[in-house]
Amino acid sequence: MQLSQILQFVLSGLSAGSVYGFTALGFTIIFNTTGIINFAQGEFVMLGGLISVYYYKGLEFPLFFACLAAILTVMIIGALFERLAIYPRRNSSVITLIIITIGGSMFFKGAAMHLLGEDPVALPAFSGDKPIMFMGAAVLPQVIWVAGATFVAVVLLWFFYRKTILGKAMRASSDNKEAAKIVGINVSRLTLYSFAFSAAIGAFAGVVVTPISMAVFEMGGMIGLKGFAAAILGGLGNPIGSVLGGLVLGVLESLSIGIISSGYKDAISLLVLLLVLFLRPSGLFGSTKGERT
Amino acid sequence: MQVKENGILKKYIPLAVFALAIFLLPSHISNYEMKTLIFVGINAIVAMGLCLLMGYAGQISIGHAAFYGIGAYTSAIITTTYGLSVWIGFLAAILLSGLVALLIGIPSLRLKGHYLAMATLGFGEIMFVLFVEMEQLTGGTEGILSIPPLSIGKFIFATSQQIYYVVWIVTILLLVVALNVIHSRVGRALRAVHGSEIAAQAMGVNTAKYKIQIFVLSAVYAGIAGSLYAHFVNFINPTPFTLNFSIILVIIVVVGGMSSIWGALAGAFVMTLLPEYLRVFQEYNLIIYALILMSVMIFMPSGLVPGFLNLINQFKQREGIWRFLESKN
Repeated sequence: MQLSQILQFVLSGLSAGSVYGFTALGFTIIFNTTGIINFAQGEFVMLGGLISVYYYKGLEFPLFFACLAAILTVMIIGALFERLAIYPRRNSSVITLIIITIGGSMFFKGAAMHLLGEDPVALPAFSGDKPIMFMGAAVLPQVIWVAGATFVAVVLLWFFYRKTILGKAMRASSDNKEAAKIVGINVSRLTLYSFAFSAAIGAFAGVVVTPISMAVFEMGGMIGLKGFAAAILGGLGNPIGSVLGGLVLGVLESLSIGIISSGYKDAISLLVLLLVLFLRPSGLFGSTKGERT
Repeated sequence: MQVKENGILKKYIPLAVFALAIFLLPSHISNYEMKTLIFVGINAIVAMGLCLLMGYAGQISIGHAAFYGIGAYTSAIITTTYGLSVWIGFLAAILLSGLVALLIGIPSLRLKGHYLAMATLGFGEIMFVLFVEMEQLTGGTEGILSIPPLSIGKFIFATSQQIYYVVWIVTILLLVVALNVIHSRVGRALRAVHGSEIAAQAMGVNTAKYKIQIFVLSAVYAGIAGSLYAHFVNFINPTPFTLNFSIILVIIVVVGGMSSIWGALAGAFVMTLLPEYLRVFQEYNLIIYALILMSVMIFMPSGLVPGFLNLINQFKQREGIWRFLESKN
């Protein structure tokens, strides 16, 4: 393969990888505060994409406003989900919570199918369709948006977790929930914020990537699974690791399309997931606080 | 789960009553209803295996549709592509699902909770991709046609009623096996693992071995069900072996009651018959299942069967208290 072809694959892999990275971030945020894996995370991405299209095309909001409104809407949905489905059973076993979030993901999928339609939809590209040529590879301007957004998000998150009280409280809560409660941190409110925040991040990813790969009601499942793979790859609990894991996964997947065939592309990501789980659950950058016997 | 060990007869009464009901039903129901009940039986088989894994061993699998598929495809391929006897296919289905379970189970069952769930989810999805992509073997999206029905020698189980009996005989046999596993040494070890894996290990229970054994057993159950399915509908493609079905299986076990094999049966009845009654609402399938799952987990997390048994117990207690108070006046 020529260099420009490889570059093409890598660049398109980076754009898919950003979505996985953002989804992974969502997983990490919720996991960090609560220790729960939110199986509905992929659905937040899907909802962001579908709702933003609905606002833009159905309600004819201006583009940026539609995006913002969609992110806010999904954030509220995430908060409601936490209060209604998670909070009542917050002390239940892991399996119960897993099953509740699985139920949540099914619910969002079904509701989206009903209320927002079954067909794939897309937003127009934020700054036009004309590809930019970069060392022989064509790059859509939207990919630059995605990359930029990812970078900004990572910086903001780093700042949030290190420098703000709320961020520090979240890290404290993930380290030791009981100790955090003792020093007066309101863990249940943090859980609410985490879900809302993760939902917003997921929606953000969904919105930004819709112009490239269309949004459809069933996209959440695979995105969630790959986002989780990315989160584990980068080390569950490490925000920067999550994003990097997503990018790595995206590029691997993209290269595998080039080298093997597109049918197996999903299997490749999942194989990566299984390998990481079996061989190094703490991922590339994570602590060894894994759940292994 | 309550165990009434006083007398062999008492233990087997619910089973006998149930078996009798099952065998008397066909003369009273239509052909279509019989076919639906065949599906109930097949789903119940997978559910019972999964119940052993989730309720008793305390593990989770959201990829069990994969083993169901392995069983179905193995039977289908052996009997069509290779033209061998149905029972060789059946045996191969059992062996292959067990083997794959062993291969996947050994590394996976070291994981816990979310990690295990994700691993099984990933495995299920990988198998689905393989079912679709390995066209030479599986026929790809078109699948495999003209799968022969079950037969013993010259006798072919062709009519719905005949298939109904075969499937339910197998189901009841597997029910007995499951009940025996629970009351055996393995079962007690499993419940110890479920209660506290560390404590069980401290008591010398080889938790890894038992977890893997039950995982393999649950996969074999699913494989058997898959084989029966293939010979019943005579045609398979990847469509039934998706994550959706794996989740429905989990719903069946959870809604019926994870800690009870009868719960798995009840769940299979409910979840297989529900779409029939809700045909009007078919579009809302996904939302309805989701709401059922979430409501049960939020309000009655131990499931319907244990939940109702509890309610009945509470009534008995209250009645007893009333009588006591009345007698004092």
